[in-house]
Amino acid sequence: MRLSLLSDLNAERAARRAAVLVTELISGEQRLVREAEIGSDPLAEALRERLRQGKSGLVDQGGRQFFLTVQAPPVRVIVIGAVHISQALAPMARGVDFDVTIIDPRTAFATPERFPDVPVLAEWPDAVLPEMRIDRYTAVVALTHDPKIDDPALLAALRSECFYIGALGSRKTHARRVQRLTDAGFAEADLARIHAPIGLDIGAVSPAEIAVSVLAEIVATLRQDRRRPA
Amino acid sequence: MLSTETDILKTAEAWRREGRGVAIATVVETWGSAPRPVGSHLVIDEDTSFLGSVSGGCVEGAVITEALDVIADGKPRMLEFGVADETAWQVGLSCGGRIKVYVERVD
Repeated sequence: MRLSLLSDLNAERAARRAAVLVTELISGEQRLVREAEIGSDPLAEALRERLRQGKSGLVDQGGRQFFLTVQAPPVRVIVIGAVHISQALAPMARGVDFDVTIIDPRTAFATPERFPDVPVLAEWPDAVLPEMRIDRYTAVVALTHDPKIDDPALLAALRSECFYIGALGSRKTHARRVQRLTDAGFAEADLARIHAPIGLDIGAVSPAEIAVSVLAEIVATLRQDRRRPA
Repeated sequence: MLSTETDILKTAEAWRREGRGVAIATVVETWGSAPRPVGSHLVIDEDTSFLGSVSGGCVEGAVITEALDVIADGKPRMLEFGVADETAWQVGLSCGGRIKVYVERVD
């Protein structure tokens, strides 16, 4: 592989853009196909299908065999609330190769000292989420317990194609939330996208345990098609 | 160092930029129960430093050895591993699967 190709591939990943590296196995010839260039590639159909599945693999075309290294953008977790659970969740999520961003307008919470390894934005969610372009590789996790902060983020998440939305709070809290979001014009099917109470039921107690259950639920949603029937 | 897919290819780029000889091994096909999915990477340098995996640790040793040849002559190679016979403990997959691994040099 040419170093320039490898470098381009890494740059696409860093920019959260999908790309496919095509390798002709006999000759070793390679090319990088960016998402925007797929339509004009001779392997367009196979590239589109592979990217949709997010799976690398072999394709045969015209008597030649190609390996497609599919690189979907890394999963990103946007956490609303620079709270205790978030402090546990951020390093765990990074550990499974997710990008993490913390958002909380309360400047006492949203400090780099409390979150040394991830970007922390001391802003209101509705001020920063539009420019973050929530895509289908994004999970939105609302952890503040405060509707003033959580709701604007949930509105943005529900209007996006993000793959996971979770919100902290008891069933009662969630029932009130559902009422507010229904009043804001969302249908039942939209609101069913919200995982609440958040996290897999593992009986979590401490902030770190709750972080495990939230992270496990995000992975379970991401890998839905691989899960065994219960 | 933690080796996620992001880190692995970034490391390959960084090692090459430092002037090291570098090879990338990629799982291109699997049959049966294979420990790492198609597309998984292992990055190797000329001093046998490595990052990532193509199996559960079963065949990495053999891939690294082959990678040194790839780094030396620049010719990509396709390696295949299955349930090995008497050498199973050495370079086979005890899980019973088979995998094909493509090894190429970073130029």
